[in-house]
Amino acid sequence: MNRRSAVTSRIVSSPYIVWAALFIIAPLFFVVYYSFTDSAGGFTLLNIQTLPKYLPTFLRSIWFGIVATIICLIIAFPLAYFISQKSEKAQRTFVLLVMLPMWMSFLIRTYSWMALLQDTGIINSFLGKIGIDPIHMINTGGAVILGMVYNFLPYMILPIYSVMAKLDYSMVEACQDLGGNGFNVIRLCIIPMSIPGVVSGITMVFVPSVSTFYISQKLGGGSFDLIGDVIERQFQQSYNYNLGAALSLVLMVLIVISMAIMNHFSEGEGEMVI
Amino acid sequence: MKKISAVLLALVFALLPLNCALAAGDADIEALRGTKLYVYNWGEYISDGEDDALDVNAEFEKRYGIKVIYDTYDNNEVMYSKLKSGGVSYDVVIPSDYMIERMIAEDMLEKIDYKNIPNFKYIPEKYRNLSFDPANEYSVPYTVSYVGLIYNTKMVKEAPVSWKALWDTDYENQILMFNNPRDAFAIAQSILGMDYNMESDVAWRAAAALLKEQKIVNPVYVNDEVFLKMESGEAALAPYYAGDYFLMKENNEDLAFVYPKEGVNYFVDAACILKGSKNKRAAELYINFLNEPDIALANAEYICYGSPNEAVYTNPDYELYQNEVLYPEEGAFKTQLFRNLSPESLALMSTLWDDVKNYIPAGNSYAALFFGGEDNIPGADAEKMTAETVKYAIYIGIFLLLVIAFLVFRFLRKRYRENV
Repeated sequence: MNRRSAVTSRIVSSPYIVWAALFIIAPLFFVVYYSFTDSAGGFTLLNIQTLPKYLPTFLRSIWFGIVATIICLIIAFPLAYFISQKSEKAQRTFVLLVMLPMWMSFLIRTYSWMALLQDTGIINSFLGKIGIDPIHMINTGGAVILGMVYNFLPYMILPIYSVMAKLDYSMVEACQDLGGNGFNVIRLCIIPMSIPGVVSGITMVFVPSVSTFYISQKLGGGSFDLIGDVIERQFQQSYNYNLGAALSLVLMVLIVISMAIMNHFSEGEGEMVI
Repeated sequence: MKKISAVLLALVFALLPLNCALAAGDADIEALRGTKLYVYNWGEYISDGEDDALDVNAEFEKRYGIKVIYDTYDNNEVMYSKLKSGGVSYDVVIPSDYMIERMIAEDMLEKIDYKNIPNFKYIPEKYRNLSFDPANEYSVPYTVSYVGLIYNTKMVKEAPVSWKALWDTDYENQILMFNNPRDAFAIAQSILGMDYNMESDVAWRAAAALLKEQKIVNPVYVNDEVFLKMESGEAALAPYYAGDYFLMKENNEDLAFVYPKEGVNYFVDAACILKGSKNKRAAELYINFLNEPDIALANAEYICYGSPNEAVYTNPDYELYQNEVLYPEEGAFKTQLFRNLSPESLALMSTLWDDVKNYIPAGNSYAALFFGGEDNIPGADAEKMTAETVKYAIYIGIFLLLVIAFLVFRFLRKRYRENV
C-alpha cells in the first residue's frame, strides 16, 4: 500500500519535475554557460572581468530596490492591518480593490504615470490651475521609485493581509489581559505574528524592484539605468548574450543572498513567537 | 483624399482578377494558392486598413490566395536577435541598410530572382546598387527617409539649424534623445564632422565624450514615447525619423522640422528574402506586390515615409507629392548611409553607450538628479560617477549595518531572556 502510494505520488509529480528541469533548471545552466564563454563558445573570464564597470548601476538598483521596499512596507503594513480588522464582506471588497489594478497591463499603468507626472501632465496642469508652480517630477529618481512602489505594492499588501486575517486573536486578548496598551499589543503581539507575511512581502517587492527595467526607462527618462536596463540592452540591442548572462548571474546571486538573509529573519522570529 | 483613392483602388481591384490572370498568368502562381507566407516587418509599417486605408495583406491574400502571417518588431537589433536565436522562420523581412549588409555578410539572406519582380522597374537608378547591396541581388527598397530635428515652434526661441541645439542648456529637461546607440552616436558624429562608419577607437570615444557632454541638459532617452512627449508639448526638441514627424504634426500644429546643417543619416529599408524560406516564389510575389503602384501609394500615404517607387513619388495625386521634408532637393544637405560595422566596433559602441547612459555630469549633484531641483555648481568638472557610487555604497552599507545590528540585538536579548 505504502509502496503503491509512493509510486502514485511519483507519477503525479513527474510532469512538474520534468517542467522544472526543462524550464527552470536548464535555463540556469545556460545562464552560467553563457557567462563564462565568448560569442564563439570558448571559455573566457572576460565577461566577469567587465562587470566592475557596472558597479554604479548595481548599487543604484539595489538602493532603489531597498527604498521602494521600505516605502511599500510602511504603506502596506497599516493598510493590511486596517483591512484585516473589517468585516468579512468589507475585507473581500478591499482585497478586490487592491488587486484591481493588476488586471490591467503593468506596461500600460506605467505608461499612464508618464502622462500624469510630466511637466505638462495632469498633476501639473491641475497645480497650475490652483496657482501652484509646476513641480518637475518625471525623469527623476523619485519618479522611478514611485513607479516601483505603485506597481509592486499589492505584492506587499496581500501576503501581510493573508497572515493577519488568520491571526489568533486569543493571543491579542491575552496580551491585553496582561495589561498591554494599544502600542504594546501591536509591537509585542501583532508584528511578531505577522512576520512571515512581511518576509514574503519584502521578497516579492525587492526582487522585482531590483531587476525591473521598464519603469526606469519610462519614468526615469532613460537617465536612471538600472541593472535590468543594462541586461535588456545586452540581449536586445547589442546581441551580447554573454555579458547579459554574466550580469544576470550576479543579479541572481545577489537575490539568492538577500533571500537567504530574509529566511534567516523569519526563522528567528518564528521561535520568538512560540 | 484618402477616401477617393480608396474608392479608386476598390474599382481597380474589381477589375483585377481579369488582368492579373493576364499579367502573371503563370501556372506556378496558381499552385501557390493555399500556401502560407511569413512576413516580418517594422511595427506600423504597412497600410493595414485603418481609417479607410487599404489593407495590403488582406488584398494580397484576396488576389493570390496566399495566407500572410504578419509579425512586427521595433528595431533592427531585436529582429536580428530573434532571427539569430533561431526558432522562428520567416520568408520576407524588411530591415534597414546596415542590417541588410550584416545579414548578407552572415549569409542570412537569399538572392532574389528579379525576373519574378517585374515591378522592380519602378525603382529608379538612384535607389539601386546602394552600398549595402552593391550588386543589388538581395533587396528591393521599401522606404527611404532621413533623420531630422523636430522642434516645437512655441518652445524654442529661434528655429534651430544645427544638431548643437540638442546641447543647448536653455532647453534643459526639454530635450529628447534617441535611446539606441547607432542613431545617438550618428548625431554626435555629425557634429564632429565624422564618418558614421569609421572603424576607429579614437573617433568612437570622441563621439561618446560629446554624448556625455549632452548630459548637462539632462536629455530624456526615448523610443516611441517621443510621440507622447512631442505631441503634448512636454519636450521642445527631438531628433527623429522624418516620416514620423507627419504623424506627430497631425496632433500638434506647433511642430516643425529641420535638417541640421551638419548632415543627417539617410536610411533605406528594403524587402529581403531570408535564407531557408520555404515559400520563396510567394515571397517574391509579395515583394513585387508591394511595388505595384497603387499598393505602394497606399503604403506611402499610410506610413508617411519617403517612397523609392517612381510611380508613387511622381504621382501628383499622392498626398505628400513633392513634400520638401520627405523629398528634399538632392544635395541640399549632407547625408550618410549607415554601413555594417566590424564586431569590434559594434562591441565598442555598445560598451561606450553603457558608459554614456551611466554618466552623471559635473554640476548636476546627486540631490538634483534625485529630486529634480536645480543646484548646478558652475566650474565643477570632476566626474561625479565615483561620488555617486560611493554615496550609494554608503547608503547600502548603513542599511546593512542597521539590519545586522538589529539581528545581533535580538539574538542578545533572546539569550538574556533565556538566562533570566
